Amino acid sequence: MFLAFRDLRFAKGRFTLMTSALFLISLMVVTLSGLTSGLGNRSIAAIENIGADHFAFGAPPDGRSVSFAESTVTTRQYAELAEADGVDAASIIGVAPARISVDGREVAASAFGVDGHSFAAPVVLGAGSVAVDADLANDNGWTNGTRISMSGKVFTITALVDDSFYSHQPVVWMDHDAWMSLPSAGGSDGTVVALRTSAGFDADSVGEATGTAVTDGRGALNAIGSYTSERGSLLLMQTMLMIVSALVVGAFFTVWTIQRGQDLAVLKAVGASTRYLLQDALGQSSIVLVLGSGLGTLAAAGLGTAASQSVPFSLTMSTTVVPFLALVATGMIGAAASLVRIAKVDPLAALAAAR
Amino acid sequence: MSICLRNIVLSYPDGDGHRRVLDDVDFEVRRGEFVAVTGPSGSGKSSLLAVAGLLITPDSGRVVIDGSDMTGLDRDERTTMRREKLGFVFQQSNLLPSLTAVEQLQMMSHLAGGSVRESRARATDLLCSLGLDGHVDRRPHQLSGGQRQRVAIARGLMNDPSVLLVDEPTSALDENRSREVVALLADLSRDRDVAIVMVTHDLSRLTLVDRACAVRNGTLIPLPGSVPSAIR
Repeated sequence: MFLAFRDLRFAKGRFTLMTSALFLISLMVVTLSGLTSGLGNRSIAAIENIGADHFAFGAPPDGRSVSFAESTVTTRQYAELAEADGVDAASIIGVAPARISVDGREVAASAFGVDGHSFAAPVVLGAGSVAVDADLANDNGWTNGTRISMSGKVFTITALVDDSFYSHQPVVWMDHDAWMSLPSAGGSDGTVVALRTSAGFDADSVGEATGTAVTDGRGALNAIGSYTSERGSLLLMQTMLMIVSALVVGAFFTVWTIQRGQDLAVLKAVGASTRYLLQDALGQSSIVLVLGSGLGTLAAAGLGTAASQSVPFSLTMSTTVVPFLALVATGMIGAAASLVRIAKVDPLAALAAAR
Repeated sequence: MSICLRNIVLSYPDGDGHRRVLDDVDFEVRRGEFVAVTGPSGSGKSSLLAVAGLLITPDSGRVVIDGSDMTGLDRDERTTMRREKLGFVFQQSNLLPSLTAVEQLQMMSHLAGGSVRESRARATDLLCSLGLDGHVDRRPHQLSGGQRQRVAIARGLMNDPSVLLVDEPTSALDENRSREVVALLADLSRDRDVAIVMVTHDLSRLTLVDRACAVRNGTLIPLPGSVPSAIR
């Protein structure tokens, strides 16, 4: 990369501009990625943390997808599922909106009703005891032993659960029988049945036999309406930014190649092979991409860390390194557009008469 | 013989047909010989240089450099031959703006697979031998026209070519600088035992070359009046 480094040093104004553009794009992409994951977590954490590999929903009408909002299951289906081949453990779960009242103040939450001794319960729950999301408790000054009321019934907080959200609302875990008595449960036995399965489990045949629709963990997350719509919009924005990044990088390096067309012709005339020039150009592109995107990623990670106290921002390898690598990869695709021009440069153009 | 062109025929598309710009041309230059090729615009003198420089493949004929026949070489092989056997000096020097004078020469070594660091001393010596002491770390825009052309000549000589092909080297220079550059080429051909082919439309410089010829109607005609190197 003899030429690449020296071009970067010589035309530092132009390359700084390009690096700055990539910095800003990667800052937006990585920030969006962290927010997407953080917001998504606020929708799915409670379901994800249950630790089930499959979920049985009430069979939806033909042509409709499974949905937590529309699903109901019966205790009979639950019993059949628990006995099905390949099912190691099953737990019926009721999901319903709830309003928690303490000292006249009301807070919205999602009430999850589970068998207090099943794998789905975050802690052992008895009648009259509940476990609430730790953030919800902290925000309202609740601790273990605080008494809360829901729909006129009084419960005692016996545990605080980290990271327990469903559809952007904090979750209050309660005994299944108590859940069924909530008016918002609508008289149903439950919403879904969480399953732990082993080899030999056939989701389709078990679903058909029990009158349910059985889906895996990913399918269950997609059944949370707010998660799919919000995630779809944010992922679309990230994809658009990646495309913009590839176009910006492609346009920059194409113009850069056109500007130095005469230099490239001279280089080819004096014996530079096309391969040598392509390697040099790719090296130059990768330096600019890694530098701009890397700095943007670091800045986004710093901003995200600072903002995570007040906004749902998730800082993980998949929200930082993955979008960084994707930006570099799409940028290289954009830069590759300029390589065609390098390959087409005719060394004859170095001679005066050819111009 | 350093470079030898035999029965070269070259034609370009012209309307519905083809125009023959080189018609059965024979041309040869020995090591240590400085030969000028002149002719009016469009006569074919640059085409002759392009064929000699392996930048164009002629319709027919042979190009032999240092005893090796270049006929039938593919694009990559021609590129390798240009790098190893030939040196080029272009009009207006055509130096790369991002490189300093010494880096222009180091790049040639790098293209040939040599070490950039190890080539610096040789590149500096070469530039100094052409009167560019104190200018080795300057970029093209920090050099005068004559200095740029000297750097270009040094670049052309960096890989010890058998033949130096020079394209209109004085077209952007004033009278004094033009004379200096052509005189330098004449000295280099003798001192470094390199064959130099210079394409020029500047007839006033022909007294400094060993031999001159003109391209007219696709053929090469020897010109009288050039000064033999022995007298020079």
